[in-house]
Amino acid sequence: MAAPPIPSFATDQSRARESSRQRGVQSIGDRLYGGWITASALVIPALLLLVAVVIAISAWPAVQSLGWRLLTDTTWDVPHARFGLLPALLGTLASSVLALTLATPLAFGAAIFVSELAPPRLRRPVALLIDGLAAIPSVVYGLWALVVLVPWLRRDVMPFVRDTLALGNVPLFAGPAYGPSLLAAALVLTIMILPFIAAVAREVLQAVPRSQREAALALGATRWEMIRDAVLPNARAGLVGAMILGLGRALGETMAVTMVIGNAHLLPTSLFQPAYTIASLLANQFAEASGPLHVSALMAAAGVLLAVTIVVNGFARWLVRRTEQQR
Amino acid sequence: MSREPAVTARPTPAVLARVDVAPDAIHTAAPTLRIHQLTASYGERVAVRDVSLECAPGRVTAIIGPSGCGKSSLLRCVNRLHESVVDARVSGAVHLDGRDVYAHDVDPVEIRRRIGFVSQRPTPFPMMSIRDNVVAGLRAATPRLDARALDACVERTLRRVGLWDEVARRLDDDPASLSGGQQQRLCLARALAPEPRLLLLDEPTASLDPLSTQRVEELVYTLRGDVTVLIVTHNLQQAARVSDTTAFMLDGELIEAARTRALFTTPADARTEAYITGRFG
Amino acid sequence: MPRTARGGEQTTLQARRRRSAIMTSLVWCASAICLLPLVLITAHLLVGGARVLGPRFFTALPTPPGVSGGGIANGIAGTLLLLLVAAAIGLPIGLGAGLFLAERTRTRLAETVRFLADVLSGLPSIVIGIFVWELIVRPSGQFSALAGGVALGVLMIPLITRATEAMVQLVPNALREAALALGYSRARTSLTIVLRTALPGIVTASLLAVARVAGETAPLLFTAFGTPYWSLRLDAPIAALPLQIFNYATSPYDDWRAQAWGGALVLIVLVFALSWLARRVTESRRERLNATVAGGAAE
Repeated sequence: MAAPPIPSFATDQSRARESSRQRGVQSIGDRLYGGWITASALVIPALLLLVAVVIAISAWPAVQSLGWRLLTDTTWDVPHARFGLLPALLGTLASSVLALTLATPLAFGAAIFVSELAPPRLRRPVALLIDGLAAIPSVVYGLWALVVLVPWLRRDVMPFVRDTLALGNVPLFAGPAYGPSLLAAALVLTIMILPFIAAVAREVLQAVPRSQREAALALGATRWEMIRDAVLPNARAGLVGAMILGLGRALGETMAVTMVIGNAHLLPTSLFQPAYTIASLLANQFAEASGPLHVSALMAAAGVLLAVTIVVNGFARWLVRRTEQQR
Repeated sequence: MSREPAVTARPTPAVLARVDVAPDAIHTAAPTLRIHQLTASYGERVAVRDVSLECAPGRVTAIIGPSGCGKSSLLRCVNRLHESVVDARVSGAVHLDGRDVYAHDVDPVEIRRRIGFVSQRPTPFPMMSIRDNVVAGLRAATPRLDARALDACVERTLRRVGLWDEVARRLDDDPASLSGGQQQRLCLARALAPEPRLLLLDEPTASLDPLSTQRVEELVYTLRGDVTVLIVTHNLQQAARVSDTTAFMLDGELIEAARTRALFTTPADARTEAYITGRFG
Repeated sequence: MPRTARGGEQTTLQARRRRSAIMTSLVWCASAICLLPLVLITAHLLVGGARVLGPRFFTALPTPPGVSGGGIANGIAGTLLLLLVAAAIGLPIGLGAGLFLAERTRTRLAETVRFLADVLSGLPSIVIGIFVWELIVRPSGQFSALAGGVALGVLMIPLITRATEAMVQLVPNALREAALALGYSRARTSLTIVLRTALPGIVTASLLAVARVAGETAPLLFTAFGTPYWSLRLDAPIAALPLQIFNYATSPYDDWRAQAWGGALVLIVLVFALSWLARRVTESRRERLNATVAGGAAE
């Protein structure tokens, strides 16, 4: 056999260069297709960048003229051009953290129920119902909370805590019992992030290998010991991720909160007092913002919300992905 | 040989006699396949190392070897399927009738159209009828085809793989309704419909029952003369039954290639002997 | 088990069983509490909605407070139009990006895009609304259906991207290779074999994405804006069901607040119908796919 000359091709390390070598013989269809999927994929980073840049530019005048006072001032007074975000920022954090605290044990319980303990016949229906809860639009939660939850708080819960339990002097429960309050916002947020945390937690739990559970059962563990010693430790990072994803949701939730939090620029010191969140501040004021500085200050508020949620979500996704890759 | 070789690793004399009927007398339009110093890798892992192999036109060449020895990778380099994997690299040459399929001006799509390929597990296209599956390759090559010509091709090809009588009345059904063996023969029909002159079979019977296996082997036998066949198998009897030439690979390297009977009766390399007598693999 | 003999004092099997039973019942309670809001909200929706629902509610335009016979016809039409615009933006980009992620799985660009898609889907929807306001409403000088559709479309992109990726990755690689080996070009392989095989899953995911954004209110506040009139123009403010619910619910008028329940019931039915349809598509066709992919029906 006559030795043919040996063409050296595809010796370069990068696939990108390898595929560009082939481009000469690629059909038009392949090129169009490659262009379409690559361009679509690039839209996502481009969009994020654009969101950040657009908001940063619009917020710049306010940042320039107000500086750190944007974050430290407790007064929001449009006519006097005082735009302090501190009450709204703290209100956002307080309502979200409160909701997370209430929702986590319940959501984890539901996740454990569906993935470990429920009788087989109940698993699918319960999972479907929880998914259904997640599909209810925010504005419907808001409507329900406004018409049902808030009056119940005002009529029954608040007087009970204040008078029957005689806790009226505790600062946490101070203030008149209006109904619309930090507590109402936290409760509706709790209900809203419950199904979300439960769904992510369920996936994380189901990713724990069967062999781990069987090993525990084979050692004579009870059902609960199996969950505690074999399932939960393996799922820990993912469960924390689920919590933080829920927190991200709560931070950016707008409509339901706007409808029940009372929208008052007060530092969130009492559960019974109205408060504000950044998202509801935007929802209420953006459409009728007066003057460029007001708009710019609201843009700065959006920027703060954006930064907080990106950090929180990025961290959570990283955690969830880490557990899923352990498999 | 001090040890009696395992009986199962030996081809029966009757089969060998059939394969050896004057192979040199074949005159054929089928191409010669020359693999020259081929090295293929996935990232850091080298799957095929400097393999050179010549497959005579119109003959059946079998590649045997333990799993992971690189035989499938070698096969997938011939129709340039290897490079569709991320991080995959190839160097060396594959000459089909003197033309390098890796030459710079060669379109891999064009090459693949001329080479039939059947993989280990049946891969009928879901969401396509049995009929459309058979002519899928034809349609890809030529956009507009006469409906009658297509129908004739469907029948001819399905008869060739012995599937016509079983599916003639449900050509519009989903291939999912077929058994595994039928699906694999459908895939063979799909590969044969464009009349390739080179057919690559990657353990085509690995997931089939004995009866379906026999059918596929008979088909491969009838293709001799018209089509050059390269078949990867880990079933030694199968290699002995269907092939004219057998190549043995180990750890990515080609250990030896010889007439099938010669390789199975008097292997030149000790490692080949160890493998065919069942000492490993 | 590591914790059964703690502090030298042996826990009896009985105590462990009791503990297990207690924890199990706590988990049952937690699940029940999780589902309680669903029951309450459904009950209120049905009761509140039934009071105002009638044929006129679907065909009439909104009326001022105190004038009876108001409906939500423009809101329903507006929501459907907004969803159409959103799908026209979200589908091609989401599909393309999903295919990109599935085909270039392990490249660094894919890893980055995958992560950023997750980040994008976690952004508060009101921020997207403000972004689109700055991008479209402010330069054009008016609220518009187009801006609202774009905002919803941006929300759909990451949802469809990740779902498409997941569905395409379920398609066995052998199938892709079989098509390539037959001489299919890369584009043809992806579009006619891979995408077609993954199609039921992708349709499901897309419908779920549409259902997800159908109830979004916050991004519409400063884009679609809402109107009490009939409008299907892309360059003018348009009514949307969620906006109407919000406006009615927060209004001081009793008849408007009653209508909010009706609107909410219609919205929920729309969202759940889309979700139900989505699951139906997959269920009917997934079995066929599985039978082929698993390598043959039982013989």
